[in-house]
Amino acid sequence: MSRLMRWETAVTLLLVLVFASGAGFSPDFANNDNLSFALDDLSEIALIALPMTLLVVCGQVDLSVASILGLCSALTGKLWDGGMSIEAIIPLVLVVGVVCGLVNGLLVTRLGLPSLAVTIGTLTLYRGLAYVTLGTGAVSEFPTAYTDLATSSIPGTPIPYPVALFAVLAAVTGVVLHATGVGRSLFAIGAQEDAAYFAGIRVKRIKLILFAVSGLVAGFAGVVYTLRYGSARADNGIGLELAVIAAVLLGGVDFDGGKGTLGGVIAAVLLIGLLRNLLMLNDVSTEVQSIVTGLLLIISVLTPRLIAVAREARGRRRGARPAVPAAAP
Amino acid sequence: MTVLTQSPARPESGGPPGGGRRLVEMVLRARELSILGALVVLVLGTTIANPRFLSGQGLKDIFLNASILVLLAVGQSMVVVTRNIDLSVGSVVGLVAFSAGKFASGGDRNVVLVVLVGVGIGLVCGLVNGLLVSFCRVPALVVTLGTLYVIQGLDYRIAHGDQIGAADLPASLLSLGNDGILGIPYLPIITVVVMAAVGYYLRSYSSGREYYAIGSSPEAAMLAGVPIRRRVLTAYLVSGALAGLAGVLWLARFGTVVADAANGWELKVVSAVVVGGVAITGGVGTVYGAALGALLLTTIGSVLVVLKVNSFWQDAITGVLLLLAISVDRLLALRVTRALKQRSLASAAHRAAAPESKEGRS
Repeated sequence: MSRLMRWETAVTLLLVLVFASGAGFSPDFANNDNLSFALDDLSEIALIALPMTLLVVCGQVDLSVASILGLCSALTGKLWDGGMSIEAIIPLVLVVGVVCGLVNGLLVTRLGLPSLAVTIGTLTLYRGLAYVTLGTGAVSEFPTAYTDLATSSIPGTPIPYPVALFAVLAAVTGVVLHATGVGRSLFAIGAQEDAAYFAGIRVKRIKLILFAVSGLVAGFAGVVYTLRYGSARADNGIGLELAVIAAVLLGGVDFDGGKGTLGGVIAAVLLIGLLRNLLMLNDVSTEVQSIVTGLLLIISVLTPRLIAVAREARGRRRGARPAVPAAAP
Repeated sequence: MTVLTQSPARPESGGPPGGGRRLVEMVLRARELSILGALVVLVLGTTIANPRFLSGQGLKDIFLNASILVLLAVGQSMVVVTRNIDLSVGSVVGLVAFSAGKFASGGDRNVVLVVLVGVGIGLVCGLVNGLLVSFCRVPALVVTLGTLYVIQGLDYRIAHGDQIGAADLPASLLSLGNDGILGIPYLPIITVVVMAAVGYYLRSYSSGREYYAIGSSPEAAMLAGVPIRRRVLTAYLVSGALAGLAGVLWLARFGTVVADAANGWELKVVSAVVVGGVAITGGVGTVYGAALGALLLTTIGSVLVVLKVNSFWQDAITGVLLLLAISVDRLLALRVTRALKQRSLASAAHRAAAPESKEGRS
């Protein structure tokens, strides 16, 4: 646990460092406009990272989130084009998101399939359905009242409305994960599923609910994305699932399940966002951003292992886990 | 170690050799046959609807299009069998296609040299992945996700918004991608040779069997003395080298290459492998199945075009196929396990203890 705390502290320190250097070196960085832009740009990744954290802690993963986002974006456009009002569209689209999540969850719990395989399948399926819904066209011309809501900040602060909503949801998620029995169950399932099952935890039900919530949030992120860019497209958010997973892992959540904190994930999301923004301000090209993201990801999984290896070398404690190469996800 | 020289058994089947094993093998073989059956039905049905589909050119196009995906699927299945995954292949193909293109357009280069350069770049990428996964013991999905980003970034950096045009490339290279001998294009020939070699090694060499052992149970493999790290590293090297080869063939076939040429292909490859019956949880499947899976996915794409079905449906159909494949596999596995349990009284009792079998995320 102490090692994990150290990891989160490291991410937070890095975050402070990036912020400070940004404020010091880039005159355009630490002002309200830029910061709120940087934050707003994180909306979808931040939102989806919350249920993803719960899933990964529980030893599962959902790769279909970006496709659900795209499908819900395409639906929003299609329905708006068909003359529905945004107020009517949002609940409908959210229901679609939940259904997508339930399909994932049912396949995982009823058939006992690995979530990685299932969600690679549904990633392809839902993205396909998004194309079937809207083709390769785009729908724009959304009402400005809503597009403004998605891009403007709470008056007097650099906090955009979607990010404010994220803060509320993050608080709820944090409480659930770290201060309730449900949260403890999640860690238990991730650490040792069979043991959790025999301890009376309703493993299947919890997993099903998690996937449904993941679908719901991804669907909502689809609406936010559509309004933020003022454009509904079937390929919206393509590849976003990888960015979300990168953030979750960078935040110190163990991919094998059973370890992690939400605080670390939030710090990691902010870190990725600020880094991106800084690189952009300094005209560093997207390719370098991609390289930096990749290296951060590799370092984030490598560091804890290296610390563990060093520790093992220092004193071979009894009961240490045998050195079996990490099995796949 | 005798166990390892037998057919790949599903992880659940710890049963003794004999009838049970034969049953497992039958099911696995049925798996490849069922994909083949689906392919035949698909091709025949489409031909009835549109006789031109099976004309020489149509068939040639399918094989040409499938060759590159099959090559990647062969490399990927070697990695997946060891219960790992390589998500970086798409970015390696892009990087190699572009850098080999730059290299080839620098003068009248020999084709063999271009291929060697491409495979070399792929090997380096595979080496990085393999070292990280096997020696640092970090989850393969995460590492190869990281290297995907890094390699993609390098690719864009080298490309710099440029593109390679067919006019800059030596004619001999383009002929490799589009001509053939005796009417058979070079690409499928290369692919089949590679597939047969890898397939033969995995099936008939004891070190080849060890890949399955690692995927079935890393702990057991370690205790049995299997050099896990070396095998996993080799799997990544093969996957990287084949991605490099695929990159050169991509360049040879299309001539024009932009930086994000093969973006997103990693998912196509993993899909093909999974549809082909290679379990993502490791230890099960053959490169032939993976190759058939890749061929099936490619054929579906061509069929939709011929039948004038909106190509938007392709992703959705692929997704449904994937889900169907893993579901059927799972149900069959359960059935095989049951049958094995009935056949062998040994070790069944404590195995049956867990009502909910461990589903890692694998």
